Amino acid sequence: MMKTLLVRGMLAGLAAGLLAAVFAFFVGEPSVENAIALEESHSHAAPHDHGSGSGSGGAEPHGHSGESGAAPEAGHGHGDDALVGRGVQLTLGLLTGTTGYAVAMGGLLAIAFAVAQGRVTTLRPRMSVTLLAAGGFAVAVLVPFLKYPANPPAVGQAGTIEDRTALYFGFLALSVVTAMVAVAAGRAVADRIGAAGGGLLGVGTYVTVMAVAGALLPAVDEVPGDFPGSLLWDFRLASLGTQVVLWCVLGLVFAVLTEKALAGKTRGRGSRDGLAVTVGQ
Amino acid sequence: MSQTNVVSVPRPTAVRIPLREIVPWAVFTTVLALLVLLFVTTEAGAVSLVSDGLVHEFVHDGRHLLAFPCH
Repeated sequence: MMKTLLVRGMLAGLAAGLLAAVFAFFVGEPSVENAIALEESHSHAAPHDHGSGSGSGGAEPHGHSGESGAAPEAGHGHGDDALVGRGVQLTLGLLTGTTGYAVAMGGLLAIAFAVAQGRVTTLRPRMSVTLLAAGGFAVAVLVPFLKYPANPPAVGQAGTIEDRTALYFGFLALSVVTAMVAVAAGRAVADRIGAAGGGLLGVGTYVTVMAVAGALLPAVDEVPGDFPGSLLWDFRLASLGTQVVLWCVLGLVFAVLTEKALAGKTRGRGSRDGLAVTVGQ
Repeated sequence: MSQTNVVSVPRPTAVRIPLREIVPWAVFTTVLALLVLLFVTTEAGAVSLVSDGLVHEFVHDGRHLLAFPCH
C-alpha cells in the first residue's frame, strides 16, 4: 500500500511540476528577464553592489556575464559566457527545478496522507488529500512567503545570502514543525470537545505561534531603491502563482489517484454508498 | 445494554495503514526529498557541495520562481 501511495504521489508531483513550469514560463519568466536586464545594466555601469553601502555583510563581487574573473560561487552568469545559457535556464532548468521540487513534495504528501488517514481524518481519501495539500501549501509556501517573500534577480545583497537562506529555511522548518504539533494537539483535544473545537485549537495554535515568530524574527529588506515596484509585484505574484498551480495540481491529481488506489481496498469497487458501520453503544 | 445501531455512511471505510509499515518509507522519502530540495533550492547559494555553480545556474529560474532565496 505504501509503495502504491508513494508512486502515485510522485506521479502527481510530476504532473504538478510540468504544469507549474508551463505557468512559470509564460507568467513568471517575463519579469525574471526584466529583472536580469536591470541587473546586467547595473553591473556594467558600475561595480555590482546592490545596497548603497548599508554596511551589513561585506559586499562580495556579484559577477555576471560581463565581469571577468568573478568566482563562480560568489555570483553567477546570465549572459553568453555563463556556465548555463539563459535559453537552458528558462526552459529545461526551470522544468527541472519545478519538477524536482514537486516530485519531492508529492512523496512527502503521500507519507502525510498515510499517517493522517484513519488517524487525524476519516473523510474519504480524496477529501483528506485535498485538505492535506491545501494545508501543505499554506504551511510550506504561503506562510514563509508572507514573512520572506520571493525575490527576483537584482534584489538581495550577495553578502547576505547565507543569512537569508538560514532565516527562510528556519522559518519554513518552524512552520512545518508547528503545524504538525498543532494538528496532533487539535486531534487529541477533538476527542473531548469535538472536531470543530479541535480544529479551531489546532489552527489557532499554529497561527499564534507563527505570528509571534514572524514578529520577532528579523525582516529582510534589500530591495534596491531604484528597482521598479511594479516589476517586484509582478515577479512575486508570478512566483506565488507558480506555487499555487503546483500545489493545486499536486493535490487534485493525487486525490484522484489515491481514491482509485483505495477503492479496491474498501468493499467493492465503486460502491461508496450503503457501506454499513456498526456503532456500539 | 449492548444495543447496536447500524448506520449507513456514504463513504468508504477509513483506511488506516499501520505505522510500522509507514516508518521505513517515511524515512527513505524524507531523506531523498531533502536531497532533491538541497539541489533545487540551496546548492551553490548558501551551501555548496559541488561548488562550481553549475547546479545553481541550471535551476536558477526555478529557484527564484519557487520563492527560495537564490543569491
